[in-house]
Amino acid sequence: MKSIGVLMTCHMDSYLEQELEKRFNLLRFWTATEKSTFLATHKNSIRAVVGNAFGGADAELIESLPKLEIVASFSVGLDKIDLAKCKEKGIRVTNTPDVLTDDVADLSIGLMLAVLRKLCESDRYVRSDKWKKGDYTLTTKFTGKTVGIIGLGRIGMAVAKRAEAFSCPIHYYSRTEKPETKYKYYPSVVELAANCDILVVACSLTEETRHIIDREVIDALGRKGVLINVGRGRHVDEPELVSALVECRLGGAGLDVFEHEPEVPEELFGLDNVVLLPHVGTGTVETRQAMADLVIGNLEAHFQKKPLLTPVV
Amino acid sequence: MGITTQDQFLTAHAHSVQALLLSGTHPVTSDTLRLLPSPGLIVTTSAGLNHIDLPECQRRGISIAGAGNLYSEDLADLAVGLLIDVLRKISVADRYIRRQLWPSKGEFPLGFKLRGKQVGIVGLGSIGLEVAKRLEAFGCNILYNSRRKKPSIQYPYYSNILELAKNSDVLIICCELTEQTRHMINKEVLLALGKEGVIINVGHSAVIDEQEMMGCLMRGEIGGAGLDVFEKEPDVPKQLFALDNVVLSPHRAAHSQETILALRDLVVGNFEAFFSNKPLLTPVIMNQLF
Repeated sequence: MKSIGVLMTCHMDSYLEQELEKRFNLLRFWTATEKSTFLATHKNSIRAVVGNAFGGADAELIESLPKLEIVASFSVGLDKIDLAKCKEKGIRVTNTPDVLTDDVADLSIGLMLAVLRKLCESDRYVRSDKWKKGDYTLTTKFTGKTVGIIGLGRIGMAVAKRAEAFSCPIHYYSRTEKPETKYKYYPSVVELAANCDILVVACSLTEETRHIIDREVIDALGRKGVLINVGRGRHVDEPELVSALVECRLGGAGLDVFEHEPEVPEELFGLDNVVLLPHVGTGTVETRQAMADLVIGNLEAHFQKKPLLTPVV
Repeated sequence: MGITTQDQFLTAHAHSVQALLLSGTHPVTSDTLRLLPSPGLIVTTSAGLNHIDLPECQRRGISIAGAGNLYSEDLADLAVGLLIDVLRKISVADRYIRRQLWPSKGEFPLGFKLRGKQVGIVGLGSIGLEVAKRLEAFGCNILYNSRRKKPSIQYPYYSNILELAKNSDVLIICCELTEQTRHMINKEVLLALGKEGVIINVGHSAVIDEQEMMGCLMRGEIGGAGLDVFEKEPDVPKQLFALDNVVLSPHRAAHSQETILALRDLVVGNFEAFFSNKPLLTPVIMNQLF
């Protein structure tokens, strides 16, 4: 399989790169000085694309790779892949579901605790020697707070299970009601936001869910409400979120994703009621390896004409 | 008017005092108790009882009202929060972004998963049980050490703290400070926990030999720590400030606004109960202690 060209869209994981290099002819797209020339040079050998949350396979890229057979995403989210175009051209698509569910759910709860109990701020307080001058402020209790989840898929359910262990009542919004869960359903995100203390975005990014967190939802969540985003930056109308936080119309936010990563709105840096993370929802050694193994496994299965492990298209 | 000493103040007012209200910061010794001719009640707001001369109180028939389980949820929440922070580098990452390193330095170091971690809880009282309940939901395996094995509890019990440490990836200190637990987490226990091990302390600082822990952290002999308590608060050893594998909290694990309001109600409730000859809301039962 060493002659098979695999185009990696951006630097994503050293272990994945290393394993791809052992098996295929790995082409690192981000190192190309002139992208169109690079594609023109290699287009006839590239039969696979490995993408992620930052760089996937849009229509333009797909059109410029006539020999493309499979797009294997190093993510569960598919928002960077033109799925319709792939279907049209018979290109297979795989992602990395399940292996990363725990990590994203763990981080969601970690963000809730960090925002409500001000973990990062109080760590800063101790490190800057301010504790000698006075005790830190009281913070907000987490146990028993109502958690509202947007999207009750694998990740949403995992967040719910963890929050329940803290005696948090669980409310949710989903495309369809799930009566088999004992959680309280709301037919709209605004109503959900008005009826919870902490709102978590745990759904996939599609045309329908872009800016699902808008001014109306933020107002409904309110002065004491907290927003947690472990989905995609574009789930949130970011300028609206920033002004709500700066103007104290929203109680706080824990954000792992942003609209224009790695750019983060600077107005957030001075706030003590936000926690900011550099898209590390799946950022553990164990999970990245499991994700990489799935990417490799899917590619090998495809080129050996065996059933794909985690096909989407 | 000069500054009266505590003893002078007590001597002047002793005959009219019937109850003491304490936090955990000042010890109440038999000397203090002797100055007060008829205290019937001590109400303490602290989570622990090591600042009170318990045998003397029992001898003199002094009732003690403690905080009961008031702090257990907040303490458990913070223990879990500190653990997730250490394993997933939340505070480090937040600093990384605020220092604008994400655009220039790019990839942030990976953390470690919670599922499958062996979590050794030191002291399975109400705090330890709340911690266990929460971490089970993350897929952690719970082990414990306590004064006595608890027959109704399914988690594996280790009577020896060293054995617990050898079998744990994480140790969470949830126990009282007593003669037996003082510096119980010593160098041997820390080395048994090992270079990927994490220690979380929301209990009493003196349960851990702080000097030894510092040494282990500096030499990479343990993986990381989440600490709410320190031996000489608010003086925190400066060597910790340079470490990215520790998360530091200024002894606020039990202090959410909601809990402090509940504490006020509890203290008032206990005084009211005592002075109207009703049972205390949260009596400390002496014979359960020693």
